[in-house]
Parts: sequence; structure tokens; C-alpha cells
Amino acid sequence: MMDFAHWLPIIWAVILIAAISIYVILDGFDLGIGMLFMLERDETRRNVMISTIAPVWDGNETWMVLGGAVLYGVFPGAYATLLPAFYLPIVLMLVALIFRGVAFEFRVMTRGTPRARHWDLGFMIGSAVAAFCQGSVLGGVIQGVKVTDGAFSGGSLDWLTPFTILCGLSVMCGYALLGATWLVWRTTGVLEASCRHWAGRLAIGLFTCIVAVSFWTPLLHAPYLRRWTEWPNILFVAPVPVLVIVFGLLLAASLRKGHSRVPFLCALGWFFLCLSGLGITVWPYAVPPTLTLWDVSSPPSSQFFQLVGTVTLLPIILTYTIYSYRVFRGKVSEADGYH
Amino acid sequence: MQNAHEIAFLLARFQFAFTVGVHIIFPAFSIGLAAYLAVLEGLWLATGRQVFLDLYRYWIKAFSVVFGMGVVSGLVMAYEFGTNWSVFSKKAGPITGVLLSYEVMTAFFMEAGFLGVMLFGMNKVGRGLHFAATCCVSVGTLISMTWILASNSWMQTPRGYRIDPANGQFLPDDWLAIIFNPSFPFRLVHMGLAAFLSVAFAVGATGAWHLLKARRQGRISSEPVRVMFSMAMWMAAIIAPLQIFAGDAHGLNTLKYQPAKLAAMEGDWNSEGRAPELLFGIPNMKTEHTDYAIGVPLLGSLILTHSLDGKVPGMKDFPRDQRPPSPVIFFSFRIMVALGVLMMLVGFWSLWHRRNSTLFTSPAFHRVALCMAPAGFLALLCGWITTEVGRQPWTVYGLLRTSQSVSPVVLSSMVVSMTVFVVVYVVVFGSGLGILVRMLGREPEEGEHDADPSHASDILATRTHPAIVDASAAKGA
Ligand code: HDD
Ligand code: HEM
Ligand code: HEM
Repeated sequence: MMDFAHWLPIIWAVILIAAISIYVILDGFDLGIGMLFMLERDETRRNVMISTIAPVWDGNETWMVLGGAVLYGVFPGAYATLLPAFYLPIVLMLVALIFRGVAFEFRVMTRGTPRARHWDLGFMIGSAVAAFCQGSVLGGVIQGVKVTDGAFSGGSLDWLTPFTILCGLSVMCGYALLGATWLVWRTTGVLEASCRHWAGRLAIGLFTCIVAVSFWTPLLHAPYLRRWTEWPNILFVAPVPVLVIVFGLLLAASLRKGHSRVPFLCALGWFFLCLSGLGITVWPYAVPPTLTLWDVSSPPSSQFFQLVGTVTLLPIILTYTIYSYRVFRGKVSEADGYH
Repeated sequence: MQNAHEIAFLLARFQFAFTVGVHIIFPAFSIGLAAYLAVLEGLWLATGRQVFLDLYRYWIKAFSVVFGMGVVSGLVMAYEFGTNWSVFSKKAGPITGVLLSYEVMTAFFMEAGFLGVMLFGMNKVGRGLHFAATCCVSVGTLISMTWILASNSWMQTPRGYRIDPANGQFLPDDWLAIIFNPSFPFRLVHMGLAAFLSVAFAVGATGAWHLLKARRQGRISSEPVRVMFSMAMWMAAIIAPLQIFAGDAHGLNTLKYQPAKLAAMEGDWNSEGRAPELLFGIPNMKTEHTDYAIGVPLLGSLILTHSLDGKVPGMKDFPRDQRPPSPVIFFSFRIMVALGVLMMLVGFWSLWHRRNSTLFTSPAFHRVALCMAPAGFLALLCGWITTEVGRQPWTVYGLLRTSQSVSPVVLSSMVVSMTVFVVVYVVVFGSGLGILVRMLGREPEEGEHDADPSHASDILATRTHPAIVDASAAKGA
């Protein structure tokens, strides 16, 4: 079947979910490290933490710009409903990301003055607030948005509910876990040991959150419940919770045994599963519970033109992104600071 | 109720103008500086002269700060279309959203991907590869400019679209016509030159400051300072006249495609031949008259049509509700042009000093060059205000009104976000500017260090703030 108007939005939904997943994972560990700053007070070790991400954070954040741009170009109906609906948390997130982003340079450039402390604080709070806002926006999308005639028609605080607060906290916890396991991989000595310790605690926290969100979500809307409980869907969705437990056990074991890379990969596995679960739940809605992908998408001519570029450019982008990660690979220790 | 809606709308406009006005300063800086850095590194590789490497390392520190501020303020822009102009983004998204996506994929990733290597990779990759990374970042900023200006120019002079009768969406018909719309080439050239000019004067002012300081301290200025000042003044002398030429061509294009904007820029009410060029005046939108006008006879027709009796448009040709607010752009336009002429004069003056071999020894000239530090950025902002306010009352020229583009966001949220943006921008970008100024207040040294943070203490003004460094050293000991 060559019905472009039907297939293009599906292809784009997959690309968008992939872009969001890459963003969440990459900027997730940056933001996580920002939050872990609160636990690590030693200046030298803080510098090591930062130096593992300083060369790459900008590229990581660019995936978020891509997510926004794709939403704008391919699903303008969703862009135009979701952004006004989550106006306040999005503005708050942008402001938080400003503090987080400039802190990389400013804390170095003001080192030795009292102001350096302020930028460290901005880095921590910015990271934490950005993570919370992202989680609560995600939760808000699952929870649903009030729409009349294709435009947002709810109140400015509709998004703020116990469910979205739980989602916000879950994402904070998840990012911190990613950050801790990333540091286990990329650092040595005292810092690596404390990260191992934190990672264990955070894993327990995140597991609790995953369980709570998983049981709460199907209760929000009847179709969500059906998606997860009806035959034959069960066949396809059952592996998700099973794998969550498998990855959890693997994570615990690898942390204990002193593996350096496996914990990070397990945390990635968890994120991948949670995002898939989320996709399964809301599919095929772009703005639950009213607008589907097809209701919000731009004309096939736009989607097609953009697809041609994306299919050719994304492999190139991934290639040089991987290259720049490789330039800065390897453990960073307190002795070598930056280079 | 109606009233609250009006205020929310005004705030949405003001907020967008404020955030994009702050943003554009950094991209302009990044575009010019990245190109300058690529040239410096290229010269170093070609000649092996230490001075070019020193200058490269000196300016890359400023670049990392400017670029970081550009990224975070740009992130706000990418989401603000949806938060503030949801109806616009829904209708025009199939065109402007796609162009923005191409910008992300062809430019932002490239800049970000190679920035890490450029800033921290000097000792990790070979010289050739490092130079390639610098070039990629520079090219990335230029590509970024190209896409965003295509998008903006399409909003000024839309082409290649159809309008969906069902929902009013703009449907792309012909992508080449959309991208290469009539005002795009002019805007691209004019903006690119503006970025280079802004940086030329910023670099020139830094050089001038150190020349003056060396003179005050009775020593001979160092080689990096002289080289940077000389390079900047070459740029000023070459680019400023080109910019005036480009601006003139841009004006002719505006006359053709956006005559109402041009009439408002000129403060002309009646369409006439043999029109004067007003040097000063206060356009009054109510009485339809420009008060206190001082003009040069015939010059208006001569500049705009390149003939003495060419007919120039007047605002009365257009219905009242389609006239842009003339008092704003009458002045923003004149400030831009005046600064452009001033920059050209400074450029020519530098040639005269060069011929007399007094380029590095004339304190009067150095003082003028120092005062010109913000001139490029000011002209650039005034230019954008002319362009954007002159497009009013439309977002997509002649097709979609600004008042019909706005999001259904309530007044209270708008007030909160506006306050937050103003406070945060003043604090963050104000601090950034402070850091930058102190950084450039330190003279480039021979054997300048890398952008590497382990050398942080000498990135900032070691000489001007010895106490701070001593204090931190004492703490460390
Ligand atoms: C003339 C050029 C120009 C103009 C008019 C604009 N920008 Fe910009 N922008 C750039 C040139 C640029 C740049 C040179 O590419 C920047 C500056 C510093 C940087 O990191 O990239 C950038 C950064 C930048 C970023 C961050 C990219 C990243 O994460 O690396 C975003 C999302 C935007 N911009 C979006 C916008 C939007 C939505 C604009 C319209 C209102 C806009 N910019 C106007
Ligand atoms: C970077 C330099 C820019 C500056 C300084 C600038 C400045 C402004 C100003 C002053 C306004 C307010 C006009 C008014 O409401 O009276 C405005 C509005 C707007 N501009 Fe720009 N602009 C810039 C670039 C862009 C670009 C590149 C785009 C799109 C691709 C864009 C899209 C808009 C939109 C959608 C509005 C809101 C609607 C409106 O008020 O007209 N701007 N801008
Ligand atoms: C002195 C001669 C100059 C002339 C005759 C001139 C002419 C113009 C005109 C007619 C516009 C409005 C375009 C429109 O219709 O939208 C414009 C916009 C603009 N000008 Fe100039 N300009 C001059 C100098 C400068 C200088 C020195 C700078 C900066 C360094 C500058 C930066 C800009 C920018 C950034 C814009 C907005 C973007 C655009 O539309 O290109 N201009 N200029």
C-alpha cells in the first residue's frame, strides 16, 4: 500500500520517538551529573565530573532542538497544542537549561571568585528543574490535554497533578542514575566508588518509580488499560515488564562486581523499555485523548521533503557524533583534569 | 476580558522581540568570530608564526563563552514559536518548521559536534584535523544563518505555497521557490556582512584598548595586539562600503515587494515623484503627517529609484490597518544607516593612517575605534527592528495577521514568563557580558594558553585582579 498520507506520519512518529530517546539518554546523563553535584562537594572531583561531559553536552542538547523542530515541521498540530498547554513548565525548563548551559563556561571563567559558587548552584538547580519539568511534561502528555476544535482549551495549571509530579520525580531519579552509571564508566578512584554507591540507591528509587507509574498509567484512560490487558496485545507487551526486572537484576549484579560499562548499559536498557512502554500506551495519539498522529500532521509534501533530508543526514550526524565521543573516550582521573 | 487578551497579545510580541533581540547578538558574534578563528588557524598552519596561534587561543576563549550563550538563548527561540505563536506555527509549520529542521540537521549538529574538538581537542587530534573542526564550526554557523534567513525571508516575501481552504494551512508547492524567495539573497548577504562587521569592530576595539593601555604604560604594544588591530581595520575598510552597497540593493528590493514598509521607513505619506529624503522628522500615524521634517530635495527619489523623478510610495496608498508603525522604523532605519556610514568613515580613516604608518601610534584614532565597539551590534539590531516591525501588522506578509497568529495563553502566564525571562536574561547574559569584558581586558600573551579549563586562572584578568588570583592560590596552598 503506497498511501503516503497514512504511512508518512507513522514513519515520522518512529523517528521522533527515536530522537526523543536519544535526547533523553544523552542529555539525561548530563543533567544527572548536574544533580549529582549536590552529593559531591570536592572541587577537584566536581571538575572531573564536568570534564567528562563538557565536550559533548552541546551536541546532546541539540537532539532536543531536533525534537522541537520535527514536531514543528511534521506535526505542527501537536506542536501548536502541546506547547501552549505546557506553557509554564516549558518556560521553566528553558530557563533552567539556560543556567545549566552557561554554567559550563561561567564556573570556569569565574573560578577563584565568590561568584563561581553561584554558577555551581545554577548548574545543580538548573539540571534538577529541567529534569523535573521534562518528566512532568511527559506525564502531562500521557495524562491528556483538553482540546476544542484542534486547539488547546484548558487552564494554565491543568498539567500539575499528583501523577505528573510523580513523573517529574521519576525522571529526576532516572537521569541521576544515568549520570551515576556514566561516571562509573568514565572515572576512577574515590569518585567511581561513590558513584557506584549512589547508583545502587538510585536504581532502587527508579525501580519503585517505574512500578508506580506503570500501575497508575492504565488507570488514567480506559484505552490505556485495554492496550495492556487485552488478548492478543498481551503477547507483545508482556516482555516489557519482564525485561525491566532482568535489567534491574543485571544492574545490581554489575554494580557489585565492579563492572565499569555494564551498569550504564543496563540503565540505558531501562530507559529504552520505559519509552517503549510509553509509546505502546499512547499510540496512535499525538495529543491524548483526542488528536491522533494523522490529525496533527503536516501535508505529505512537507513530510516527504523533510524525510529525504533526514534519511540522508542522520547517518552523517551519527557518524561525526560518534567520532567526537571517541576523541574524548577513556577514563578521566583527577590527575589529568581535562586533557 | 477582551482587554486581558489584548495585553497578553502585546506581551507575547514584546517577549518574542526581547528574546530574539538578545539571541541575535550572540549568533552574529559567533558567525564572525568563528570565521576569524578559522582564518587565524589557517594562517598559523600556513606561516607557522606564533602570533596567529596566540591570537587563536586568545579569541577562542571568548568564542566559547559567546557560543554557549548563543546556544541557550537559541533553544528558547526554537520553542517560542509554539508557546507564543501557536496559530502561526500550526499554519506555517509545514514550511517554516521544515526549514528549521533542516537547519538543525545541517548546521546545529555540525557546530555542536565539532565544537568539543575545537575547544578541547588541540592535543588530542592532529593539527590538520583540528583545523578541519574549526572550519566545520565556522561553516556550520553560516549554514545556520542561511536556513533561518530563508525562513524569515519567506515570512517577508512568501512564494511557492498554496493555502489549504479547509484549515488555512500553508501547503508547500515548490521548495526552491520557498527557499529562494525574492528577499532571501539580499537578506542573506546583508546579514552575513553585518555579522562580519560587528566582529571586526569588536576585535578592533579590543586591539585599540590594548594599544591605548600600552601607550599609557609607556611600553611598546605587543605583536598580537597590533596584528589583531590591523586585521580588524582591514575588515572595516573593505566590508563597510560593501555593506552600504548591499543595503542599498536591499532597499530597492523592499521597494518592489514591501512598498508599505518602505513608505513607513521613509516617513512618506503621499506617493510622489521627485521626492525628498527626510533626514529627520516625527511621523504621526494619526494625523497622517510627518512633523518637523527636514529633508534634502530629490534625494529620496534618487536613492530609492536611482532616478531624479522616480515615484516613491506613500503610506496613504495603503489602508490604515495595513500600515506598519512608522515612528519606530523611521528611526531604527536612520540609526542603522548612520552607523553604517560612520563605520565606513572609520574604515577609510584607517587606510589613511596605514599609508602614513601611524595606524599603531594615533591615540585619537584608537579612542574612536574603542568607542565603535558596540556599533556593529547596534546597527544590526536596528536593522532587524526595521525589518520585523516593518512587516507589521503581518507575520506572513499580506496573508496572516500577527493578531491572528497568537497562542491561547492567558495573561497571568504571560506576565509570569515575561518577568522570568527579563530577570534571567539580565542576570545571565549580563554576567556573561561582564566575563567577556574582563576576559578581553587581559592582553594576549606570547605563548597564550589553550581554552583548557585547567588554565582558568589566567583566562581572566590576571593583571587587573591580582588580588583574586592570590586569594585562590592561598586557599589552594
Ligand atoms: C543570522 C543568524 C541567526 C538568526 C537570525 C537566528 N539564529 Fe539561532 N543561532 C544561529 C544563527 C541565527 C547560530 C550562529 O547558528 C547559533 C548562535 C550560536 C550558536 O550556538 O549557534 C544559533 C543558535 C541557535 C540554537 C541553538 C542551537 C544548538 O543547540 O546548537 C537554536 C535552537 C536557534 N538558534 C534557533 C533560532 C530561532 C528559532 C531563530 C529565529 C527566531 C534564530 N535562531 C535566529
Ligand atoms: C534575529 C534577529 C531578529 C530580530 C532582532 C527580530 C526582531 C523582532 C521584533 C522586534 C519583533 C516584534 C515586531 C512587533 O511585534 O512589532 C519580531 C517579531 C517576530 N519575528 Fe522576528 N526578529 C528576528 C529574527 C526572526 C527570525 C529569523 C524569524 C523567523 C524565522 C522571526 C520571526 C518572528 C515572528 C514569528 C514574530 C512574531 C510576530 C510578530 O510580532 O511579528 N524573527 N521579531
Ligand atoms: C548604510 C547603509 C545601509 C543601508 C542603506 C541599509 C539598508 C537596509 C534596509 C533597507 C533594510 C530593511 C530590509 C527590509 O526591507 O526588511 C535593512 C535591514 C537590516 N540591516 Fe541594513 N543597511 C545599511 C547598513 C547596515 C549596517 C552597517 C548593518 C550592521 C552592521 C546593517 C544590518 C542590518 C540588518 C541585520 C538588517 C535586518 C535583516 C535584513 O533584513 O537584512 N545594515 N538594511
